[in-house]
Amino acid sequence: MKQVLIVILVALSMATNAQTATVTPGNKAPEFELKNVDGKLVSFNSLGAVKGYIIVFTCNTCPVAKAYEQRVIGLNKIYAPLGFPVIAINPNDPSVSPGDSFDKMVTRAKTSGYGFPYLYDEGQKVTNAYGARNTPQIFLVRHTKEGNMVAYTGAIDNDPEDIGSNKVNYLEQAISAVMDGKEPAVATTKAIGCSIRRKSR
Amino acid sequence: MKYFFALTLLCSIRASGQKVDLINVDQLYEKLANGKDTIFVINFWATWCVTCVKELSSFEKLSVTHNREKLKVLLVSLDYKSKRTTSVLPFLKRRGIKNEVFLLDEKDQQVFINRIDPSWSGALPATLMVRSKTRKFFENEFTFPELESAYQKIKRS
Repeated sequence: MKQVLIVILVALSMATNAQTATVTPGNKAPEFELKNVDGKLVSFNSLGAVKGYIIVFTCNTCPVAKAYEQRVIGLNKIYAPLGFPVIAINPNDPSVSPGDSFDKMVTRAKTSGYGFPYLYDEGQKVTNAYGARNTPQIFLVRHTKEGNMVAYTGAIDNDPEDIGSNKVNYLEQAISAVMDGKEPAVATTKAIGCSIRRKSR
Repeated sequence: MKYFFALTLLCSIRASGQKVDLINVDQLYEKLANGKDTIFVINFWATWCVTCVKELSSFEKLSVTHNREKLKVLLVSLDYKSKRTTSVLPFLKRRGIKNEVFLLDEKDQQVFINRIDPSWSGALPATLMVRSKTRKFFENEFTFPELESAYQKIKRS
Protein backbone atom coordinates (compact mmCIF):
# COMPACT_ATOMS: atom_id res chain seq x y z
CA MET A 1 0.00 0.00 0.00
CA LYS A 2 2.77 2.35 1.00
CA GLN A 3 4.61 1.57 -2.22
CA VAL A 4 1.52 2.26 -4.30
CA LEU A 5 1.15 5.60 -2.58
CA ILE A 6 4.79 6.45 -3.26
CA VAL A 7 4.39 5.55 -6.92
CA ILE A 8 1.31 7.75 -7.18
CA LEU A 9 3.07 10.62 -5.44
CA VAL A 10 6.12 10.34 -7.68
CA ALA A 11 3.90 10.18 -10.77
CA LEU A 12 1.98 13.23 -9.59
CA SER A 13 5.08 15.26 -8.92
CA MET A 14 6.49 14.33 -12.32
CA ALA A 15 3.23 15.16 -14.09
CA THR A 16 3.01 18.65 -12.64
CA ASN A 17 6.76 19.29 -12.67
CA ALA A 18 6.08 20.66 -9.21
CA GLN A 19 8.72 21.81 -6.81
CA THR A 20 9.78 18.73 -4.95
CA ALA A 21 10.86 18.69 -1.33
CA THR A 22 14.51 19.51 -0.80
CA VAL A 23 16.66 16.47 0.00
CA THR A 24 17.66 16.86 3.63
CA PRO A 25 20.91 15.83 5.35
CA GLY A 26 21.07 12.13 6.19
CA ASN A 27 19.34 11.12 2.97
CA LYS A 28 20.72 9.63 -0.22
CA ALA A 29 22.06 12.05 -2.81
CA PRO A 30 20.18 11.35 -6.06
CA GLU A 31 22.35 9.90 -8.83
CA PHE A 32 22.73 11.80 -12.08
CA GLU A 33 24.50 11.78 -15.39
CA LEU A 34 24.61 15.20 -17.03
CA LYS A 35 26.42 16.89 -19.88
CA ASN A 36 29.40 18.96 -18.86
CA VAL A 37 30.51 22.13 -20.65
CA ASP A 38 33.23 20.03 -22.36
CA GLY A 39 30.51 17.83 -23.89
CA LYS A 40 31.32 14.78 -21.72
CA LEU A 41 28.86 13.14 -19.36
CA VAL A 42 29.59 13.51 -15.65
CA SER A 43 28.28 11.39 -12.79
CA PHE A 44 29.47 10.65 -9.25
CA ASN A 45 31.43 7.65 -10.50
CA SER A 46 33.09 9.47 -13.37
CA LEU A 47 35.05 11.57 -10.87
CA GLY A 48 36.96 8.56 -9.53
CA ALA A 49 37.62 7.64 -5.92
CA VAL A 50 36.79 10.60 -3.72
CA LYS A 51 35.50 11.18 -0.19
CA GLY A 52 32.56 13.26 -1.29
CA TYR A 53 31.33 16.05 -3.49
CA ILE A 54 30.42 19.70 -3.16
CA ILE A 55 27.37 20.01 -5.40
CA VAL A 56 26.43 23.61 -6.08
CA PHE A 57 23.32 24.61 -7.99
CA THR A 58 24.46 27.83 -9.60
CA CYS A 59 23.98 29.74 -12.82
CA ASN A 60 25.21 32.43 -15.18
CA THR A 61 22.52 34.98 -14.42
CA CYS A 62 21.78 35.30 -10.69
CA PRO A 63 23.72 38.18 -9.09
CA VAL A 64 24.05 36.25 -5.83
CA ALA A 65 25.45 33.23 -7.68
CA LYS A 66 27.84 35.51 -9.54
CA ALA A 67 28.95 37.09 -6.27
CA TYR A 68 29.86 33.60 -5.04
CA GLU A 69 31.56 32.43 -8.25
CA GLN A 70 35.11 33.18 -7.15
CA ARG A 71 34.44 31.55 -3.78
CA VAL A 72 33.22 28.38 -5.53
CA ILE A 73 36.37 28.32 -7.68
CA GLY A 74 38.40 28.76 -4.48
CA LEU A 75 36.54 25.95 -2.72
CA ASN A 76 37.38 23.53 -5.54
CA LYS A 77 41.07 24.53 -5.40
CA ILE A 78 41.20 23.79 -1.68
CA TYR A 79 38.88 20.81 -1.35
CA ALA A 80 39.26 18.84 -4.61
CA PRO A 81 42.80 17.77 -3.60
CA LEU A 82 41.35 16.78 -0.19
CA GLY A 83 38.77 14.51 -1.84
CA PHE A 84 35.79 16.89 -2.14
CA PRO A 85 35.59 18.17 -5.71
CA VAL A 86 33.02 20.77 -6.74
CA ILE A 87 30.27 19.77 -9.17
CA ALA A 88 28.30 22.77 -10.43
CA ILE A 89 24.85 22.22 -11.90
CA ASN A 90 22.87 24.92 -13.68
CA PRO A 91 19.21 24.43 -12.64
CA ASN A 92 17.61 27.15 -14.80
CA ASP A 93 15.51 26.45 -17.87
CA PRO A 94 17.19 28.35 -20.73
CA SER A 95 13.84 28.82 -22.48
CA VAL A 96 12.90 31.28 -19.70
CA SER A 97 16.46 32.34 -18.85
CA PRO A 98 18.35 32.60 -22.16
CA GLY A 99 21.52 33.63 -20.33
CA ASP A 100 21.70 30.09 -18.96
CA SER A 101 21.86 28.29 -22.31
CA PHE A 102 24.42 25.53 -22.74
CA ASP A 103 26.53 27.73 -25.04
CA LYS A 104 26.55 30.57 -22.52
CA MET A 105 27.54 28.08 -19.80
CA VAL A 106 30.48 26.96 -21.95
CA THR A 107 31.59 30.58 -22.35
CA ARG A 108 31.25 31.39 -18.65
CA ALA A 109 33.16 28.28 -17.53
CA LYS A 110 35.95 29.16 -19.95
CA THR A 111 36.14 32.89 -19.16
CA SER A 112 36.01 32.42 -15.40
CA GLY A 113 38.36 29.41 -15.52
CA TYR A 114 36.22 26.83 -13.75
CA GLY A 115 38.41 23.93 -12.69
CA PHE A 116 35.33 21.76 -12.12
CA PRO A 117 32.37 20.36 -14.09
CA TYR A 118 29.57 22.79 -14.90
CA LEU A 119 26.60 20.63 -15.84
CA TYR A 120 23.56 21.32 -17.96
CA ASP A 121 20.39 19.86 -16.42
CA GLU A 122 18.16 19.23 -19.42
CA GLY A 123 14.50 19.21 -18.34
CA GLN A 124 15.50 20.16 -14.75
CA LYS A 125 15.29 16.51 -13.72
CA VAL A 126 18.26 16.55 -11.35
CA THR A 127 17.23 19.95 -9.99
CA ASN A 128 13.85 18.44 -9.12
CA ALA A 129 15.38 15.25 -7.73
CA TYR A 130 17.39 17.36 -5.28
CA GLY A 131 14.53 19.77 -4.73
CA ALA A 132 16.88 22.68 -5.31
CA ARG A 133 15.04 25.97 -4.79
CA ASN A 134 17.47 28.78 -5.45
CA THR A 135 20.90 29.72 -6.68
CA PRO A 136 23.47 29.39 -5.27
CA GLN A 137 22.53 26.35 -3.20
CA ILE A 138 24.93 23.76 -1.82
CA PHE A 139 24.48 20.02 -1.27
CA LEU A 140 27.54 18.57 0.46
CA VAL A 141 27.69 14.85 -0.27
CA ARG A 142 29.63 12.29 1.72
CA HIS A 143 30.73 9.00 0.17
CA THR A 144 29.89 6.13 2.53
CA LYS A 145 29.52 2.34 2.37
CA GLU A 146 25.76 2.90 2.11
CA GLY A 147 26.23 5.18 -0.86
CA ASN A 148 26.40 8.92 -1.42
CA MET A 149 24.68 10.68 1.44
CA VAL A 150 23.79 14.36 1.80
CA ALA A 151 25.60 15.82 4.83
CA TYR A 152 24.80 19.51 4.52
CA THR A 153 22.50 21.75 2.46
CA GLY A 154 22.24 25.48 2.08
CA ALA A 155 24.58 28.43 1.92
CA ILE A 156 28.35 28.67 1.45
CA ASP A 157 28.69 31.32 4.16
CA ASN A 158 26.70 34.09 5.83
CA ASP A 159 28.40 36.87 3.92
CA PRO A 160 26.98 37.35 0.39
CA GLU A 161 28.65 40.76 0.09
CA ASP A 162 32.01 39.19 0.98
CA ILE A 163 32.78 41.91 3.50
CA GLY A 164 34.66 39.49 5.74
CA SER A 165 33.79 40.76 9.20
CA ASN A 166 31.91 38.16 11.23
CA LYS A 167 32.03 35.72 8.35
CA VAL A 168 30.86 32.21 9.18
CA ASN A 169 31.91 29.61 6.62
CA TYR A 170 29.01 27.16 7.02
CA LEU A 171 30.16 24.89 4.20
CA GLU A 172 33.81 24.73 5.26
CA GLN A 173 32.73 23.91 8.83
CA ALA A 174 30.51 21.15 7.48
CA ILE A 175 33.31 19.74 5.31
CA SER A 176 35.76 19.63 8.22
CA ALA A 177 33.17 17.82 10.36
CA VAL A 178 32.65 15.26 7.57
CA MET A 179 36.42 14.85 7.21
CA ASP A 180 36.60 14.09 10.93
CA GLY A 181 33.89 11.47 10.47
CA LYS A 182 31.35 13.58 12.37
CA GLU A 183 28.00 15.12 11.56
CA PRO A 184 28.09 18.85 10.81
CA ALA A 185 26.90 20.85 13.84
CA VAL A 186 24.89 23.01 11.43
CA ALA A 187 23.57 20.75 8.67
CA THR A 188 21.05 23.10 7.06
CA THR A 189 21.20 26.81 6.39
CA LYS A 190 19.17 29.24 4.32
CA ALA A 191 20.13 32.21 2.22
CA ILE A 192 18.51 34.85 0.07
CA GLY A 193 19.04 33.85 -3.54
CA CYS A 194 17.39 33.72 -6.94
CA SER A 195 14.52 31.35 -7.42
CA ILE A 196 15.11 28.69 -10.03
CA ARG A 197 13.79 29.72 -13.42
CA ARG A 198 11.10 27.31 -14.60
CA LYS A 199 8.70 27.18 -17.50
CA SER A 200 5.42 28.79 -16.48
CA ARG A 201 3.34 26.60 -14.24
CA MET B 1 -2.18 81.21 -10.74
CA LYS B 2 -0.29 81.18 -7.49
CA TYR B 3 -2.45 78.28 -6.37
CA PHE B 4 -1.81 76.46 -9.62
CA PHE B 5 1.95 76.64 -9.04
CA ALA B 6 1.53 75.53 -5.48
CA LEU B 7 -0.59 72.63 -6.66
CA THR B 8 1.84 71.50 -9.36
CA LEU B 9 4.70 71.78 -6.88
CA LEU B 10 2.75 69.71 -4.38
CA CYS B 11 1.95 67.11 -7.03
CA SER B 12 5.53 66.85 -8.20
CA ILE B 13 6.70 66.40 -4.62
CA ARG B 14 4.14 63.68 -4.13
CA ALA B 15 5.08 61.97 -7.39
CA SER B 16 8.74 61.83 -6.48
CA GLY B 17 7.91 61.28 -2.83
CA GLN B 18 8.93 57.64 -2.86
CA LYS B 19 11.14 56.74 0.04
CA VAL B 20 12.72 53.59 1.36
CA ASP B 21 12.68 53.26 5.11
CA LEU B 22 14.45 50.47 6.91
CA ILE B 23 12.27 47.90 8.60
CA ASN B 24 13.10 44.86 10.69
CA VAL B 25 10.88 41.82 11.17
CA ASP B 26 9.59 43.03 14.56
CA GLN B 27 8.58 46.36 13.08
CA LEU B 28 6.97 44.63 10.11
CA TYR B 29 4.91 42.37 12.35
CA GLU B 30 3.94 45.32 14.53
CA LYS B 31 2.67 47.07 11.42
CA LEU B 32 0.59 44.03 10.52
CA ALA B 33 -0.81 43.76 14.04
CA ASN B 34 -1.81 47.45 13.97
CA GLY B 35 -3.52 46.98 10.62
CA LYS B 36 -6.44 45.12 12.22
CA ASP B 37 -8.75 44.05 9.36
CA THR B 38 -6.50 45.35 6.59
CA ILE B 39 -5.24 42.72 4.16
CA PHE B 40 -1.48 43.01 3.77
CA VAL B 41 0.27 41.80 0.64
CA ILE B 42 3.98 41.85 1.36
CA ASN B 43 6.28 41.21 -1.56
CA PHE B 44 9.93 40.37 -0.90
CA TRP B 45 12.05 41.49 -3.82
CA ALA B 46 15.36 43.01 -4.87
CA THR B 47 16.47 45.30 -7.67
CA TRP B 48 18.92 42.61 -8.81
CA CYS B 49 16.22 39.93 -9.06
CA VAL B 50 14.97 39.78 -12.67
CA THR B 51 11.74 37.91 -11.91
CA CYS B 52 10.96 40.23 -8.99
CA VAL B 53 11.33 43.31 -11.16
CA LYS B 54 9.13 41.72 -13.81
CA GLU B 55 6.25 41.14 -11.36
CA LEU B 56 6.40 44.54 -9.59
CA SER B 57 3.88 46.01 -12.04
CA SER B 58 1.36 43.36 -10.96
CA PHE B 59 1.67 44.54 -7.35
CA GLU B 60 1.21 48.13 -8.48
CA LYS B 61 -1.87 47.10 -10.45
CA LEU B 62 -3.28 45.19 -7.47
CA SER B 63 -3.27 48.22 -5.18
CA VAL B 64 -4.68 50.49 -7.89
CA THR B 65 -7.43 47.99 -8.79
CA HIS B 66 -8.54 47.69 -5.16
CA ASN B 67 -7.85 51.22 -3.93
CA ARG B 68 -11.24 51.37 -2.21
CA GLU B 69 -10.62 48.21 -0.25
CA LYS B 70 -8.70 47.64 2.94
CA LEU B 71 -5.62 46.44 1.12
CA LYS B 72 -2.05 47.45 1.80
CA VAL B 73 0.74 46.36 -0.50
CA LEU B 74 4.22 46.55 1.02
CA LEU B 75 7.31 46.00 -1.08
CA VAL B 76 10.15 44.82 1.14
CA SER B 77 13.52 44.99 -0.60
CA LEU B 78 16.25 42.50 0.20
CA ASP B 79 18.89 44.67 -1.44
CA TYR B 80 22.02 45.38 0.59
CA LYS B 81 21.62 48.29 2.98
CA SER B 82 24.46 50.08 1.21
CA LYS B 83 22.33 50.17 -1.95
CA ARG B 84 19.34 51.90 -0.36
CA THR B 85 19.92 55.38 -1.74
CA THR B 86 22.32 54.51 -4.56
CA SER B 87 20.26 51.78 -6.30
CA VAL B 88 16.89 51.14 -4.71
CA LEU B 89 15.57 54.70 -4.53
CA PRO B 90 16.62 55.67 -8.09
CA PHE B 91 15.13 52.40 -9.33
CA LEU B 92 11.76 53.16 -7.69
CA LYS B 93 11.68 56.68 -9.10
CA ARG B 94 12.61 55.46 -12.57
CA ARG B 95 9.82 52.89 -12.47
CA GLY B 96 7.32 55.23 -10.82
CA ILE B 97 6.56 52.74 -8.06
CA LYS B 98 3.75 54.03 -5.85
CA ASN B 99 3.41 51.23 -3.31
CA GLU B 100 5.09 51.66 0.04
CA VAL B 101 8.68 50.36 -0.04
CA PHE B 102 10.94 49.25 2.77
CA LEU B 103 14.39 47.73 2.94
CA LEU B 104 14.76 44.80 5.30
CA ASP B 105 17.03 45.69 8.18
CA GLU B 106 18.09 42.24 9.31
CA LYS B 107 21.51 40.63 9.43
CA ASP B 108 21.08 36.96 10.23
CA GLN B 109 19.52 35.08 7.32
CA GLN B 110 19.30 31.96 9.52
CA VAL B 111 16.85 33.84 11.74
CA PHE B 112 14.83 36.24 9.63
CA ILE B 113 14.01 33.88 6.72
CA ASN B 114 12.30 31.45 9.10
CA ARG B 115 10.58 34.28 10.95
CA ILE B 116 8.97 35.43 7.70
CA ASP B 117 7.99 31.84 6.96
CA PRO B 118 9.56 28.50 7.94
CA SER B 119 8.82 27.11 4.48
CA TRP B 120 10.80 29.87 2.73
CA SER B 121 14.09 28.74 1.19
CA GLY B 122 15.22 32.33 0.78
CA ALA B 123 14.55 32.38 -2.96
CA LEU B 124 13.27 35.64 -4.39
CA PRO B 125 10.62 36.64 -5.22
CA ALA B 126 8.40 35.62 -2.31
CA THR B 127 5.10 37.01 -1.11
CA LEU B 128 3.29 36.92 2.21
CA MET B 129 -0.42 37.67 2.45
CA VAL B 130 -1.85 38.38 5.87
CA ARG B 131 -5.40 38.99 7.01
CA SER B 132 -5.44 39.16 10.81
CA LYS B 133 -4.80 35.53 11.83
CA THR B 134 -4.77 34.12 8.29
CA ARG B 135 -1.36 33.89 6.63
CA LYS B 136 -0.46 32.60 3.21
CA PHE B 137 3.11 32.40 1.96
CA PHE B 138 4.12 32.06 -1.68
CA GLU B 139 7.61 31.22 -2.88
CA ASN B 140 6.89 31.91 -6.51
CA GLU B 141 6.44 34.70 -9.02
CA PHE B 142 3.01 36.00 -9.92
CA THR B 143 1.29 37.07 -13.09
CA PHE B 144 -1.43 39.64 -12.41
CA PRO B 145 -4.33 37.13 -12.73
CA GLU B 146 -2.55 34.76 -10.33
CA LEU B 147 -1.95 37.55 -7.84
CA GLU B 148 -5.53 38.78 -8.14
CA SER B 149 -6.90 35.30 -7.53
CA ALA B 150 -4.62 34.78 -4.49
CA TYR B 151 -5.84 38.12 -3.12
CA GLN B 152 -9.49 37.20 -3.70
CA LYS B 153 -8.91 33.92 -1.90
CA ILE B 154 -7.51 35.55 1.22
CA LYS B 155 -10.27 38.20 1.06
CA ARG B 156 -12.87 35.44 1.21
CA SER B 157 -11.08 33.50 3.93
